[in-house]
Amino acid sequence: MRYLKETPSQTAGPYVHIGCVPSFAGLEGMFGGRDLGDKMITGDAKGERITLTGHVHDGTGMAIRDALLEIWQADAAGLYNSPQERRGAADPHFTGWGRQPTDGETGRYRFETIKPGPVPWSDGRMQAPHILVWIVARGINMGLATRVYFDDEQEANAADPLLARIEHRDRIPTLLARREGDTYHFDIHLQGPDETIFFDI
Amino acid sequence: MTNSPPPGTFFQRDFTWHPPALTPGYKTSVTRAPQRARIAYDNTVTELTGPTFGHNIIGELDNDLTLNYARPGHSAQGPRIIVHGHVLDEEARPVPNVLVEFWQANAGGRYRHKKDSYLAPLDPDFGGCGRTVTDAEGRYHFRTILPGPYPWPNGVNDWRPAHIHFSLFGHGFAQRLITQMYFEGDPHIDICPILQTIPSKAAIDTLVARLDMNHTVPMDARAYRMDFVLRGQRQTLFENKMEGM
Ligand SMILES: [Fe+3]
Repeated sequence: MRYLKETPSQTAGPYVHIGCVPSFAGLEGMFGGRDLGDKMITGDAKGERITLTGHVHDGTGMAIRDALLEIWQADAAGLYNSPQERRGAADPHFTGWGRQPTDGETGRYRFETIKPGPVPWSDGRMQAPHILVWIVARGINMGLATRVYFDDEQEANAADPLLARIEHRDRIPTLLARREGDTYHFDIHLQGPDETIFFDI
Repeated sequence: MTNSPPPGTFFQRDFTWHPPALTPGYKTSVTRAPQRARIAYDNTVTELTGPTFGHNIIGELDNDLTLNYARPGHSAQGPRIIVHGHVLDEEARPVPNVLVEFWQANAGGRYRHKKDSYLAPLDPDFGGCGRTVTDAEGRYHFRTILPGPYPWPNGVNDWRPAHIHFSLFGHGFAQRLITQMYFEGDPHIDICPILQTIPSKAAIDTLVARLDMNHTVPMDARAYRMDFVLRGQRQTLFENKMEGM
């Protein structure tokens, strides 16, 4: 049979906000005046409410101010709000998907979400709780995927099948969000000695 | 619990077909390109699932950029076009019910964005973004105006070909894609540092929309045809049973 080739990626460019977060970009009233993905909690969602925040640094160490981040995660019970989720019905009050720009002045991003429950690895073992992160920006030719793990989940992290296969153990801290009250801090480094681990998903 | 089998994993991505991260001709990539290899692993339920957006989120004018930011009784300036096509997977199967978002400069090549300082004027009747959800056959379409080429700070005299940016969702988050569409016959295609980040001419050619006279609406709007291909997915039929899923 004949296969088609995947459409090649191109950078999201400096004006990605117009298309993906038009209200943030100043297009007042567009799409009902609400940016898609701005609210992940749509009702009385179960689970622990957390804030996930940080910066995206380029190779010079500067926080980049024109990036767009998307996150995708399970609900508190470890179920995804997706038609492809075949293990049960996810929390109807939690979308599991968020989209936020980095701030145009400070470069900080911020998601209000809940702490995800654990989900299985492909062989059925459990993975540690994690959030999939996807980063696009000017200068990034293809969206970068990484995962947030939680620094207060030491036991689960130690048993995580993906973390276990990372050869350069000293890079694992680049995937750990640091807890401070209800806030997890997660900085992304595109380059340099602290370069975040990016995944081919 | 449902009895349907778990979805199969996605076909491996061909990174020789996509642009590499480090492309010095596109200068911003130099400080934003990761230098270490990506770490690969088999898709888990995290990557096989993805958000879904019903047709009910789409407003009546969301897929008409000539009208969705225009004052009452006005419409955007510029050559009127319809862009349409299919969203398919690598086995040419339609990808239905997925969100497609698009954004672009106006007919003069100017974006409605505070960071765009190009001399070309804003069009008071053009915002520059739209969205739609593919139908049961994976089709999408929208109306807009032909965007203008624009200069950008890279070399001293680099100009982007006319283009429309696209964001596509699949059924699993591993299919997520952002790209750009170009127009047949544009001489800037061969000299654009961003397009030329893509290694092969054949790959670049798949981003070039073709004039489609058959879907052109006489006396109204010309049509351009552009198909998108998302990653294919293995059929669970042929897979090892995944314990515990
Ligand atoms: Fe552009």
